[in-house]
Amino acid sequence: MATLTAPVPLSAGFLKHRAVRKLLLLALAAAVLVPLADARWASGSWPAALTVDLSKPLTGASNWIIDNRDSHPLFLYGFGYVSNAVVISVRAVYLVLLAAGWAGVTAIGALVAWRVAGVRLALGTAVAFLACGLLGMWIPTMQTLALMVVAVLASVAVGALLGLAAGLSDRLDRALRPVLDTMQVLPAFAYLLPVVLVFGIGVPAAVLATVVYAAPPMARLTSLGLRGADKEVLEAVDSLGATARQRLLTARIPLARKELLLGLNQTIMMALSMAVIASVIGAAGLGDRVYQALASVDVGAALAAGIPIVLLAVVLDRVTCAAGENAGEEPAGVRPWLYAAAGAVAVALAGRLAGRLDWPEAWTLNIADPVNSAVDWMTAHLYSGVPVVGGTADWAGHFTTWVLDPVRGGLQWLPWWSVLLLVAALAWLIGTWRTALTAVLAMAAIGVLGVWKPSLDTLSQVLAAVAVTLVLGFATGIAAARSDRFERLLRPVLDVFQTMPQFVYLIPVVALFGVGRAPAVAAAVVYALPAVVRITTQGLRQVDAAALESARSLGATPAQQLRQVQLPLARPALLLAVNQGVVLVLAVVIIGGLVGGGALGYDVVFGLAQGDLATGLVAGAAIVCLGLMLDRVTQPTRRRATKGA
Amino acid sequence: MRLSVTTTAAVASLALLTGCGAADMTKQASPFVNAAGTRSVTLSVQSWVGAQANVAVAQYLLEHKLGYRVDTVQVDEVPAWDALSQGRVDAILEDWGHPDQEKRYVDDKKTIARGGGLGVTGHIGWFVPTYLARQHPDITNWKNLNKYASLFRTAESGGKGQLMDGSPSYVTNDKALVKNLKLNYQVVFAGSEAAQITQMKQFAKEKKPFLTYWYAPQWLFKKVPMTEVKLPPYKEGCDADPAKVACAYPHTPLQKYLNADFAHKGGKAAAFLKKFRWTTEDQNEVSLMIADQKLSPEQTAKKWVDGHASTWKAWLS
Repeated sequence: MATLTAPVPLSAGFLKHRAVRKLLLLALAAAVLVPLADARWASGSWPAALTVDLSKPLTGASNWIIDNRDSHPLFLYGFGYVSNAVVISVRAVYLVLLAAGWAGVTAIGALVAWRVAGVRLALGTAVAFLACGLLGMWIPTMQTLALMVVAVLASVAVGALLGLAAGLSDRLDRALRPVLDTMQVLPAFAYLLPVVLVFGIGVPAAVLATVVYAAPPMARLTSLGLRGADKEVLEAVDSLGATARQRLLTARIPLARKELLLGLNQTIMMALSMAVIASVIGAAGLGDRVYQALASVDVGAALAAGIPIVLLAVVLDRVTCAAGENAGEEPAGVRPWLYAAAGAVAVALAGRLAGRLDWPEAWTLNIADPVNSAVDWMTAHLYSGVPVVGGTADWAGHFTTWVLDPVRGGLQWLPWWSVLLLVAALAWLIGTWRTALTAVLAMAAIGVLGVWKPSLDTLSQVLAAVAVTLVLGFATGIAAARSDRFERLLRPVLDVFQTMPQFVYLIPVVALFGVGRAPAVAAAVVYALPAVVRITTQGLRQVDAAALESARSLGATPAQQLRQVQLPLARPALLLAVNQGVVLVLAVVIIGGLVGGGALGYDVVFGLAQGDLATGLVAGAAIVCLGLMLDRVTQPTRRRATKGA
Repeated sequence: MRLSVTTTAAVASLALLTGCGAADMTKQASPFVNAAGTRSVTLSVQSWVGAQANVAVAQYLLEHKLGYRVDTVQVDEVPAWDALSQGRVDAILEDWGHPDQEKRYVDDKKTIARGGGLGVTGHIGWFVPTYLARQHPDITNWKNLNKYASLFRTAESGGKGQLMDGSPSYVTNDKALVKNLKLNYQVVFAGSEAAQITQMKQFAKEKKPFLTYWYAPQWLFKKVPMTEVKLPPYKEGCDADPAKVACAYPHTPLQKYLNADFAHKGGKAAAFLKKFRWTTEDQNEVSLMIADQKLSPEQTAKKWVDGHASTWKAWLS
């Protein structure tokens, strides 16, 4: 679903000059500032004198909210309405879905897919819905669907309004763009706590967190579409004497239709991803089943709930994508839609009359037991003590001892000012002084919040995961760029992997690697890999054919061509791949707190589990800062418009 | 602009639907309960197996003998109190003692009502496997723990002995205890009870030493016999300040709590849940079937109900 565009290349020679100048300047600044800082706050870790303890005020705020929730006007006349509105709308959608029954919902889904995307996708949709029922997950699927419908409608409304405003006003655009840019790189987990603070655990909080997470892509793409409208068409409309409003409704919005539908697609995918993660704050439905199953390391049950999530994701993605591709064509009129609606109603009624509203229990397939026995067999045979290669648990153990521990130890051993310097140097070399400043300030904010150590722990997991991702991703990407057949084989795999919500990745890694930091890293690698592979392949394939041809005619071997022509020319794409890899890895490493990843992710889970919001909120803020810092440090000169999965 | 008009209209109509005037945030049932016109009860099921056993039997009786539909929600212990006070959950069947929450919701806000005892007495403590206690008989006193710290060292405990804790959501004073008793130990959270049990089973299989936070009643004692380590004796109020705790955990009669509204208007279901009371042996019997024989909660409950008619008949009267 993600469209990845390679940024404009920048000249390498110029950069070398500038890089030296930047480093010299930074060294000078360091020479002056470091002795001063070191003399005053001599400590390896972040100096205690420079931290602000927020736990008192945050605990105070949290207590105040609980004590005043049923009496203060802010809640009675403000948040109370929001919360009730969410509960009532989710309930309304849920009741409609239940009233339609499983046959009705499947029929409606298939017919909508048929109208917008053709027969093949209609069949796929029907099969997907039936599979959800077959796995015994019909009710949870409907709960997730109800929540999604409400969240997506709200996100689209909010996003479209913001996008409209940003598309029409330059000033608003300048104000909104950095905010939206930043929101796109933040891990989903960081959004959960603030809404829990106000709304408590439950469906309202889950829906609102989903809206906040899923609205930005809609806003960005709406604004992009409005701004990208063909100047000549607009002038023609102007010359016909259209009012500003007519111009917007008849020319600019229809012209932006493709972007709007792409925005819808992205919003739906992000909403699904978030609706699943939000089970941690009481979203019920499929995510909750996965969460419960993970808590008891019941891989079979987790898989039974995970498969419907993947099916929903793939179906929703394909159908909205197809809608976007067909956007330019003339609509076929109302009549087919009428037939489709009549068919759906007929099926729903038939289901109702047959008394088969609930999915019949006899039709469920229990996959949990066979999967669990397979996992048991694996833990017994592959987990440890396999001759020569060692078991998966041994690998996890070695990875923890030989990679994660040294990296974490090294980072925590580094004096705090040298970490800041490193961040500044990296960010400045790749980006501008602005990005460097943001990165350093974000890193310093982590220290001020008093979570320096756990943040470095998370950072060490991110670094290890990114390193593995890049090695695997670049290798696969290069192979795919060189062989058409391999790329054709790879494409559907990447498509599916990119549409899966982050939560799903936790299931298989727990089965393979047990609980701890290693499985968190493994999940992150698998999640970030598709984006990295895709960007690398695209970047290498876009390398100027003439340059390659001339290298070939000079007698360069394939390896030389790759090393001396393709890779240098594809440098911007590779940088972009690094940036995306880092952002995606961070998102999953944080969620790894659920499977024993520790550090910041654990703090968030702990905060939620103990109702100790101070801990959770501070960790959430640190995650935001870490995300900002990592994005800025790896930020190439131009950003791309959209983010994968 | 049509979009914004419809949005406003939608928001306005929702505001109308929710009723004018104040919106009470303390009354927020989940949008998914009471669907399809059935009477339903929402029970909080905590993550440990004993709690699942309570809920399994209560759910079975509510559904098959009283005709209710039962929803279960997994909520962690402290947020469960909040959910209970807001009516998202109707009852907690096994609470291990949360004095702060009890004061706030039961005594001050009166949104939660006491539901009586569960009949089971819980005890939290530090345990070592019995095979280890036989090797080093003096290890079962906390004063000697430092002497044996090197036995419990692992990759995650960083040079100190490892004291294994389970889920971050459980009632625990272990960090404070380790500090206040000046023990050379590091508290390591396994992340969940399931992970902790897996670890303990692996250690036991290889007869390795381990020190763990654990609690009774618990079915695992039948699989891995363990001996409690004596901590400084518990006295009333010695755990009042969480930062200064330096004594053992108390023996807690486990309690049930109901949402105050549900307790009044919950009819037969509320009356049944108030009377629900069984013994440690009953609970262990059900837990062992769920956790070790991997039976589904429904099958387990049916087995137990079939064999103990006299016990549960009293709850329904």
